[in-house]
Amino acid sequence: MNTEIPGIILMFVAALALAIPLGKYIAKVYTQDKTWLDGIFGPVEKLFYRISGIDPTTEMNWKQHLVVMLTLNMVWFLLGMFVLMNQHWLPLNPDGNPGQSAHLAFNTSISFVVNCNLQHYSGESGVSYLSQLFLMFLQFVSAGIGMAAAAVLFTALKERTTDKLGNFYNFFLKSCTRILLPISLVVAVILVFNGTPMTLHGKDTIISLQGDTVQVSTGPAAAFVAIKHVGTNGGGFFGANAAHPFENPNYLTNITEMIAQLIIPFAIIFALGFFLKRRKFAWITFGVMTIGFLALVIPNIFMEANGNPAIAAMGIDMSSGAMEGKEVRFGAITSAFWSIVTTVISTGSVNSFHDSFMPLSGMNQLLAMMINCFYGGCGVGILNYFIFVILAVFISGLMVGRTPEFMGKKIEAREMKIAMIIALLHPFLILVGTALSTALPAYTSATLNNPGFHGFSEMLYEFTSSAANNGSGFEGLADNTPWWNISTGFVLILSRFLPIIGPIAIAGLLANKKYIPEGGGTLKTDTSTFGLMVLAVILLVAALAFFPALTLGPIAEYFSML
Amino acid sequence: MKNILFQTLKLTLLTLLLFSGIYTLVILFIAQATPGGGKGKKLTQHGITVGYENIGQKFTADRYFNSRPSAVNYNADGSGASNKGPSNAEYLILVKERIDSFLVRNPGISKSEIPVEMVTASGSGLDPDISSSAALIQVKRIAKIRGMNEDKLKSLIIEQKEKSLLGFFGPEKINVLKLNIALDNLN
Repeated sequence: MNTEIPGIILMFVAALALAIPLGKYIAKVYTQDKTWLDGIFGPVEKLFYRISGIDPTTEMNWKQHLVVMLTLNMVWFLLGMFVLMNQHWLPLNPDGNPGQSAHLAFNTSISFVVNCNLQHYSGESGVSYLSQLFLMFLQFVSAGIGMAAAAVLFTALKERTTDKLGNFYNFFLKSCTRILLPISLVVAVILVFNGTPMTLHGKDTIISLQGDTVQVSTGPAAAFVAIKHVGTNGGGFFGANAAHPFENPNYLTNITEMIAQLIIPFAIIFALGFFLKRRKFAWITFGVMTIGFLALVIPNIFMEANGNPAIAAMGIDMSSGAMEGKEVRFGAITSAFWSIVTTVISTGSVNSFHDSFMPLSGMNQLLAMMINCFYGGCGVGILNYFIFVILAVFISGLMVGRTPEFMGKKIEAREMKIAMIIALLHPFLILVGTALSTALPAYTSATLNNPGFHGFSEMLYEFTSSAANNGSGFEGLADNTPWWNISTGFVLILSRFLPIIGPIAIAGLLANKKYIPEGGGTLKTDTSTFGLMVLAVILLVAALAFFPALTLGPIAEYFSML
Repeated sequence: MKNILFQTLKLTLLTLLLFSGIYTLVILFIAQATPGGGKGKKLTQHGITVGYENIGQKFTADRYFNSRPSAVNYNADGSGASNKGPSNAEYLILVKERIDSFLVRNPGISKSEIPVEMVTASGSGLDPDISSSAALIQVKRIAKIRGMNEDKLKSLIIEQKEKSLLGFFGPEKINVLKLNIALDNLN
């Protein structure tokens, strides 16, 4: 009997079942309603505000929100650079790992600040425990930033005319303390009881049963692995990420980590529905995203379960599927499922290695990140989707001859321009980055791990993962070089902040407009017809822009193997 | 502006204390109550530690059940996969060589019985498990070199097989280190 299909169905259904009540809870947190954690975290937050001199009741306009957001991120980035470059003499470095070079520290710090976790180093040898704990801090707060931005969007879409959109500090801190921290605590406890290490001791040396002397890296992993999933960060404590048997010891932890990464991206969609009292819109949104998700994940499951045809031709037993880069305790199907979850929701943690997936499975992983709004990352997924909603409202408004309106606000030229720029930024960064890397073989050709089309895919994947703030990789790429560290570093900055600034600006502009109650002439946005329209826009704008690049990489590789 | 800078700086230090400090200490404290005390569960043989339950070991000797190929040679101070693409010609030659040497080392089995996981490298390079079919095709070799009954080895494999979670979720598997400790204890 196949036990992997029930496994992945369980993970999806359980995440959905937990996400609906969590969505309700998130909506309550952002509307400042009473919740059951007030007693524990209320006093802590009050203390934080008092010491920092912050008044959490001061309402901000959209520009003030963005100023606070960017200042926080700048402080974290500089602090990150300092810790990473000086970790060799700072405390908590039992393995004596060296300080990071300036370009690696630049990339690492940026990549954790922007919720990407690209990781051009390996956890065992590239960072001290102090750095790991600091990066873990960034995993909390970067996820908190994305969620706070979503909260600003929710507030702006209320049925009223205002420029007061809540307080950013309040949204941010509550996202961290009321949502991310409690879930992470639960996940970390499950992990630590299943064998994930949580210790400040350094490497252990053992003599194996066969008589080899080996060293075993360990560390405060359980706490880190929990938030890396809950916050859709994805950076591994160890080099092998969630494929490492310490990070993900068994099928139960695999289920736990899978639910942990899916739950907030799911819940945010329902939170929008509860917050704005538009539950139907939330379900349509979830439906559109799920169609997209299934279209990517189902083919991958088949391709990975069938295995590599070039190896099958050698005449061995292929019943386990494509097992290069995969672990026996998860199997090919669970790994294929994970590979699409982690790319659609921008986690980027892996329980198997994408470089060795079948060519078209790799293409689907790329497409998941190129589209980047089927669920999407913590908070930012819904911002990306919002851009496509604005485009769809405008296009369908023109098609049926109605004024383009969304949630009672007119969409005009200024909003459309911002939406178009943000929608085109993503393909621009990916394609220009890949094109430059291809045009500069002196910097890149020696870093590739595979020849031919697959080598091109490695470069395409690196820029796609950076621009989607995903953080997974075709890990064969030797990416700790000045070229990769600096080029992807800049892509990370642009692709994180512009797609937050754009939607917040649109939302701020919309909030300021006159509210028009729904009438006979209003284009209904909570229907399945409109949902399909959004899906069509996503496919036209996102998927087609990448088709030529995909042809040169995974599609060409696929045909070369026939 | 200066005001915002001070606010963000102070809030950063306080949240740093909460998320890097207190959160870490809480989990560290809870870890003390787990088997292994947060340091990972170790296995012993005749009172001597021979490794971690979760960390796979290199088993290449004929008298042991062999583990999967590893891109990091089972050195657990690092971890990782081969990252070879599916159409990479050099990689496919390597797989073919692994199949050939598997056949040489395990006389009496046919090529079509070799499970693909025994000739492909794992994701972590530290995969602690193999499938039961991967263990079963090694029985002939081990029985011969240890002078043991094949049926005894087969029942050992059945005994060591770990069922799916609740019988429904995830693949069945065998922990190679545990299997080999039990194998040594049989003699």
